[in-house]
Amino acid sequence: MLLNILTTISRWAIPLLLLLIPVYGVCKRIPVYETFVEGAEEGFYTAVKIIPFLVGMMVAISVFRASGAMDYLVRAMMPVMIAIGAPPEVLPLAVMRPLSGSGALGLATELMRVYGPDSLIGRLASVMQGTTDTTFFVLTVYFGSVGIKKFKYAVITGLSADVTGLIASVYICNLLFK
Amino acid sequence: MLNLIWFFLLASGIVVAALNGHVEVVTEAALEAAKGAVKVCFDLIGIMALWLGIMKIAEKAGLIQSLARLLKPFLRRLFPSVPSDHPAMGAIILNLSANMLGLGNAATPFGMKAMQELQELNRDSPEASEAMCTFMALNTSCITLIPATIIGIRLAFSSANPTEIVGACIFATSCAMIIAVSLDYWFRTRSHWGRKN
Repeated sequence: MLLNILTTISRWAIPLLLLLIPVYGVCKRIPVYETFVEGAEEGFYTAVKIIPFLVGMMVAISVFRASGAMDYLVRAMMPVMIAIGAPPEVLPLAVMRPLSGSGALGLATELMRVYGPDSLIGRLASVMQGTTDTTFFVLTVYFGSVGIKKFKYAVITGLSADVTGLIASVYICNLLFK
Repeated sequence: MLNLIWFFLLASGIVVAALNGHVEVVTEAALEAAKGAVKVCFDLIGIMALWLGIMKIAEKAGLIQSLARLLKPFLRRLFPSVPSDHPAMGAIILNLSANMLGLGNAATPFGMKAMQELQELNRDSPEASEAMCTFMALNTSCITLIPATIIGIRLAFSSANPTEIVGACIFATSCAMIIAVSLDYWFRTRSHWGRKN
């Protein structure tokens, strides 16, 4: 039932947006095609403007991962995970989540393949994946697109939200699914 | 802060690789990532163009402003430095709604539009404004009502109940969002970072 509602919404959301906004424009007597093109022009410049920021961030994250430095961080954080009641298998996912979206998705998929989606680990991986965002990617891309170089306290706020999301995920999964 | 994190990621990676005796992985990882980053941006061009085009129609038709007006009482408290009928507010609302619906590829262009509007209010300073920090706090901790990707993966591994995690996700993101918004408020009003200099 819930699955049906959710898949229906995800199937219809984009077509409806693409329909309703132009319909509203036509009603307001806007030259819709011309206006569309005018807006779309900005797409190229915005995407190109992000390149230096994204190269900088992705290179650093990739070196950090490939060198094995991330594994050391994971090992160092192990006692913290055990203290909050999380199975240690999900720790790499917790560390990866704010850094790389595709990396985290890969780890979550792997956990579900190995332990099954209905195990505590599989469920926890799902909740963690569905909970917080790729903070570093979002900050890099959004601030980069307008040339902001000083992020101020946004990094601390974002990472605190990630840590909170992690602790809350572990808590609720232990409560509901253990 | 970001300078420190960036330097730490890069330097610790190189040092660890060197100590483990396989420093050459750094070269490959760095070059591949640099290429990959450009690919991500190029893939974004088309999606950005599509949604920014649609967004322009919404803007000219006055839809964005009406959205902003509708949620005015709520947004005014979160973004005291942004005039309440400003188009930035409309773009922020569209971004957050797209995030909630799990429409990641629509959320990014809306979010960038919001950042552009906020940057105009920020007089093109290279330093993030308070409103931008608040927007980022909301954006990175935003509730996803339909985590479509993860439900898809659970379905693919034949989970007995692929959507049972939705409630738990909403609980956990709500916690994250409360912390993010409160911390942002604290920074904005109490800390030395928040004061204009």
